[in-house]
Amino acid sequence: MGKTIMTADDSASVRQMVSFTLKQSGYEVIEAVDGKDALQKLGGQKVDMLITDLNMPNLDGIGLIKGARALPACKFIPIVMLTTESQDSKKQEGKAAGATGWIVKPFKPEQLLSVVKKVLG
Amino acid sequence: MMDQHREAFKEEAYELLAELETSLLELEERPDDEELIGRVFRAMHTIKGSGAMFGFDDIAAFTHQVETVFDLVRNGKIAVTKKLVNVTLAARDQIKAMLDASTGGESVDAGAAEEIIAELKSLSPAAETASTAGAQKAGKSQDTSQQTSLPVTYRIRFEPDRGLFARGTNPITLVNELGELGACKVVAQMCNLPRLDEIDPESCYIFWDVILTTAQGIDAIKDVFIFVEDDCELKIEVIDTGGHLGHDGDYKKLGEILVERGDLTHEAMEKILSQQKRFGEIAVETGLVEADRIASALVEQQHVKEVRQERQSQETASSIRVPAEKLDILVNLVGELVTVQARLSQTSAGRRDAELMSIAEEVERLTAELRDNALNIRMLPIGSTFSKFKRLVRDLSNELGKKVEMETAGAETELDKTVIEKLNDPLVHLIRNSIDHGIELPDVREAAGKPGQGTVHLAAVHSGDSVLITIRDDGAGLDKEAIRTKAIEKGLIPAAADLSEKEIFNLIFAPGFSTAKKVSSVSGRGVGMDVVKRAIDALRGSIDITSKHGDGTTITVKIPLTLAIIESLLVRIGADRFLLPLSLVDECVELTRADVEKAHGRNLATVRDHMVPYIPLRERFDIKGETPDIEQIVITKVDGMRVGVVVDHVIGEHQTVIKSLGRAYKNVDAISGATILGDGAVALILDIPQLVHDVEMERAWDGRR
Repeated sequence: MGKTIMTADDSASVRQMVSFTLKQSGYEVIEAVDGKDALQKLGGQKVDMLITDLNMPNLDGIGLIKGARALPACKFIPIVMLTTESQDSKKQEGKAAGATGWIVKPFKPEQLLSVVKKVLG
Repeated sequence: MMDQHREAFKEEAYELLAELETSLLELEERPDDEELIGRVFRAMHTIKGSGAMFGFDDIAAFTHQVETVFDLVRNGKIAVTKKLVNVTLAARDQIKAMLDASTGGESVDAGAAEEIIAELKSLSPAAETASTAGAQKAGKSQDTSQQTSLPVTYRIRFEPDRGLFARGTNPITLVNELGELGACKVVAQMCNLPRLDEIDPESCYIFWDVILTTAQGIDAIKDVFIFVEDDCELKIEVIDTGGHLGHDGDYKKLGEILVERGDLTHEAMEKILSQQKRFGEIAVETGLVEADRIASALVEQQHVKEVRQERQSQETASSIRVPAEKLDILVNLVGELVTVQARLSQTSAGRRDAELMSIAEEVERLTAELRDNALNIRMLPIGSTFSKFKRLVRDLSNELGKKVEMETAGAETELDKTVIEKLNDPLVHLIRNSIDHGIELPDVREAAGKPGQGTVHLAAVHSGDSVLITIRDDGAGLDKEAIRTKAIEKGLIPAAADLSEKEIFNLIFAPGFSTAKKVSSVSGRGVGMDVVKRAIDALRGSIDITSKHGDGTTITVKIPLTLAIIESLLVRIGADRFLLPLSLVDECVELTRADVEKAHGRNLATVRDHMVPYIPLRERFDIKGETPDIEQIVITKVDGMRVGVVVDHVIGEHQTVIKSLGRAYKNVDAISGATILGDGAVALILDIPQLVHDVEMERAWDGRR
């Protein structure tokens, strides 16, 4: 059975690209348009991994990571954040909130897949 | 796929730009509205991030400057002024122009962009505008250039922090990822585990020692730990550089390893060494170091020893040359041994002596193993023969003025040496035939709409206990009518014969048959194909032709892996015993007298709603005596057709050492050899395809008379 990955991003094109790449590799994908939407959807179903942007309206990535870690079902799932350049402070903030890893934008589909494979095993 | 994403991005960018405009205008009214500032920042941020992802690098670079300024605004470092809004609006228009340009609109004014950037910079304090474009490390592990240097052995200690799980990291996937880099040994260290009642199950207490040999370099290892390196103790050390070994392949002593790892102090080691016991035992006994750590160090010692040993054995010779006759003698002896072993098994079974039987079983097992090994030694890849053919094709096509290319596949397929030797001539014949008769002259080919250069494809592949060799050409194919006319002319078939396509094709294997109008020096002397057929038969193989007129011909030769020993089914008719090659046997069913009567002499049985023709062997071989009430049909598969062979009893499987019947019986059809059974009696091996073929031919003639 394919694993389910949620992508939370307010940019439709990034969401589309992430979703397309993952689906091609046999993953199920759930899309969320911002942190609030993601958290709501996380409450409703089991997700094996979360890929989230950091800058989002309503609830940003850091808030989403904290919220997700508070959910029993998401306590130990890998959470990867998408960051731009090397916002090192953001990276630290994200890790403190419970992020597993990060992908620096811009990235190519292969890079996304290698990170997914790395944290999902 | 990329285009589709680019389109999606553009659409999104236009929307964002529209939103940006309204936000900026509102911001002019309410310069302190943080919500609005956030919205502007996010719009810029998305355009920049997504733009770079889909190849809009110019837009990304430009937008980055605007975003930087708004990051400062967001953090309260600079205030929103009318001037800022003006510049940002100009920047927004510039981005739109750049987007338009990418869809074939007017090209952008690079000067305007620079002006805007200069103005933006004048708005922000100088120190803050330093480019933040730093190292981009994450997610690029696969970009690490593959180093093809010598494999180096590393000692890696990965000691994660307790909170590892809370960040969703599974240490096992990391360790497994290391395993993908090369040969590795992993020891999980559990000396930090607290007592059960003190354990927090959500904390990670274990740490790992990994000894890894990889040629991919230390960066590849570091990449594995990229997400966790800040929060864990990670130590990577080179312990074996993979270079040429010195005079001996010995590795460090246990104590030295422990000291190097920092698990033991140098003084402690000295102390231990002063006692004369095994180092590891003492180290544990004295409580200076935990047993786990010792075990881990021992694993390292072992691993490096193995790596070095392997290298050393590669440095010395890895194979020896033996004269082929020696192997032949070995295989013959194994054949004799198998025969004797069969006798031993049979005798011990007759004695009902448990002890003897267990010995016989042991001997049987060992003999089977010895047989497989001995036969395996004689196996050679067929590739050497293939390469000889390349030359043949080249010379031949030059001689005939044809353009022919040879493709080969499965050169690594292994076959018994003797089989390969005997296969050479038939294959040469078949390939010659393909080029001479099959492939047309270049102008004829081009007129038929084919490429001027013809192709002969030669492939070998394993199929069960046989090897299939196919020779496929894209030439003219076989002309059914021409073959038929010729066969009638030569008196091979009656003029009115009603033959299937397969039967017609098989006529080319008949002695004295040749369809080529012109006799060349290469083939067409009419001695080709029947010789091929006989040679393949002698190897207990079969040959099959499929062809489409105008498209080419495929000839498939099926050859058993070995000639010496086969698995077969032992059957009995009256007092005589026969063997059927097991590879041909599908199943066995009963045939009662009532069944025979119901069939009204037509020799057809119904097996699971399918009609299966059968050959009553007793009748065919004229064996005297009464048939039992219930006979057995051994159903065999010949050329894709199921044909039964009726016998009195099926005794069972048998390891058959094949002995040839000798010159005197060369013309005996339907028998391919003989073997000696456990009780010393001789049993004949049936040549099922030949038997079926003979019966079919007789029927065909009977039917016509």
